[in-house]
Amino acid sequence: MKIDVDWDLCDGNGVCAIEAPGVFEMDDDDELHVLKEDIEEEERPQVDAAIRVCPKRALSLHP
Amino acid sequence: MKVAPIAVVGASLAGLTAVQALTESPAVTAVTVFGDEPHPPYDRPPLSKEVLRGVWDVGRCALKPVEDPRVTWRTGVTVTGLDQDGPRLRLAGGTAESFPGGVLIATGATPRTIAGADLDGVHVLRSLDDALGLNADLDRLPGRVVVAGGGFIGAEVAAACVERGLNVTVLEAQDAPFERVLGAEVGEAVMAEHRARGVQIRTAAAVAALHGPGRVESVELADGSHLPADVVVLGLGVTPCVEWLTGSGLTIDNGVVCDASLAAAPRIVAAGDVARWPNHRFGEFRRVEHWDNAIRQGRHAALRLLAEHGYAEKQDFTTVPWVWSDQYANKLQVVGSTVDFAEVVVAHGTTAEQRFVALYRRGEHLVAAVGFNNARLVTRYRRLLARPVRWNDALAYAASGAGPASTRPGDH
Ligand SMILES: Cc1cc2nc3c(=O)[nH]c(=O)nc-3n(C[C@H](O)[C@H](O)[C@H](O)COP(=O)(O)OP(=O)(O)OC[C@H]3O[C@@H](n4cnc5c(N)ncnc54)[C@H](O)[C@@H]3O)c2cc1C
Ligand code: SF4
Repeated sequence: MKIDVDWDLCDGNGVCAIEAPGVFEMDDDDELHVLKEDIEEEERPQVDAAIRVCPKRALSLHP
Repeated sequence: MKVAPIAVVGASLAGLTAVQALTESPAVTAVTVFGDEPHPPYDRPPLSKEVLRGVWDVGRCALKPVEDPRVTWRTGVTVTGLDQDGPRLRLAGGTAESFPGGVLIATGATPRTIAGADLDGVHVLRSLDDALGLNADLDRLPGRVVVAGGGFIGAEVAAACVERGLNVTVLEAQDAPFERVLGAEVGEAVMAEHRARGVQIRTAAAVAALHGPGRVESVELADGSHLPADVVVLGLGVTPCVEWLTGSGLTIDNGVVCDASLAAAPRIVAAGDVARWPNHRFGEFRRVEHWDNAIRQGRHAALRLLAEHGYAEKQDFTTVPWVWSDQYANKLQVVGSTVDFAEVVVAHGTTAEQRFVALYRRGEHLVAAVGFNNARLVTRYRRLLARPVRWNDALAYAASGAGPASTRPGDH
């Protein structure tokens, strides 16, 4: 599965980086970086949690 | 054995998240969701931000629905009572229905009001209908908007009014804006842009009543003085929606009193703004009125209910509270709990440059971090706060160069 960020919605609050630090990271300018787009099965619980708690509903997973 | 029908009372953020979690279990047979608002679930934070600033149509606030044949949405239906025996719900109109699988309470909170709040031109901002009403009134370009209460909602409303070119006064009962929750220095820093853009901020100005012949004309302060107003927005905080639980036998004390796992009674759980529970991480027993908490508790309470049927594990709910507020282009974030803090230190950046992180001490521990235009460091502190952090370690951590690294103090 691939993670997709809707950059029009994301406001860089970094909540996803707390839930899935291996996948999302904030830089010094408070911009979100996706460290890896392809999500392994083991990372799914963390990434699912990030999708749930993103206040801007900016995250989604695609095959 | 499958799970008997379950009811969720309150069709908003906590309720919807609970429904999502319930439907993930194949053991769940039926979920009925009652909501007294006519609308399907929608998101409240944009109401005081994008919607009020006029950049979003209210339709964009709709939350993604749960499409599952086991779920029945009964919007526009008020639940008037709960009998633990059953458990049974009493509905407006006099009927009653049993939900042997259990009841999840997610009725949220409702704005506080004062005498005269029913006058035309006086608004609260909680629901989509409130936002539409306020928008319509602001579209008439009132000469004087008064925001009573300088909390997050009040500050966001003031910012939206400024962006609409309106003249705004914020009345704050404390001696400095956000004094109790953020401390005077940080509170002033948060309001600096408001002042710069012409918002009048009056502190030590508690609102006593509103007056007018039909439409509001003036605001009476606690000291007896009056202030003219064409539109008044009340941002005086909220109280939990628990009246319908009178006589239910549940313990109601500033919210539905729950145990650490969010259970209020056998087969009855609560989540979101209405739930008061002991958060063992901070040694606190209170409600948390934030979006992130409603999402997490909605899910947790759903799993807690399933645990009673043997389909999940019973666990305590602990959290590091997190809330954000957007005013103009500024992003405020609070992680942890500033309740009864004893000391504040601006540990990164400065309030003058409008980009900083302040740390909050209670006893010997770091209990909260407040970031202003600094999301990156806030995420680090939120991770750090997952476990108790001694204050001296936190200060050393902050001083160690480029802010906290991803490791924790004490890890080495
Ligand atoms: C304008 C605004 C802006 C906000 N901005 C932020 C923000 O920036 N960041 C943040 O963290 N939080 C913010 N919040 C707070 C956040 O929206 C709430 O914490 C969240 O909505 C709580 O969700 P809930 O489901 O517990 O309760 P609610 O959203 O209050 O939902 C409870 C629902 O239950 C219904 N109900 C009540 N009683 C009954 C009954 N007897 N029968 C049937 N239905 C009933 C209510 O009508 C309501 O629809 C904001 C809130 C508002 C109003
Ligand atoms: S949680 Fe959502 S809005 Fe926040 S940084 Fe991540 S993707 Fe962006």
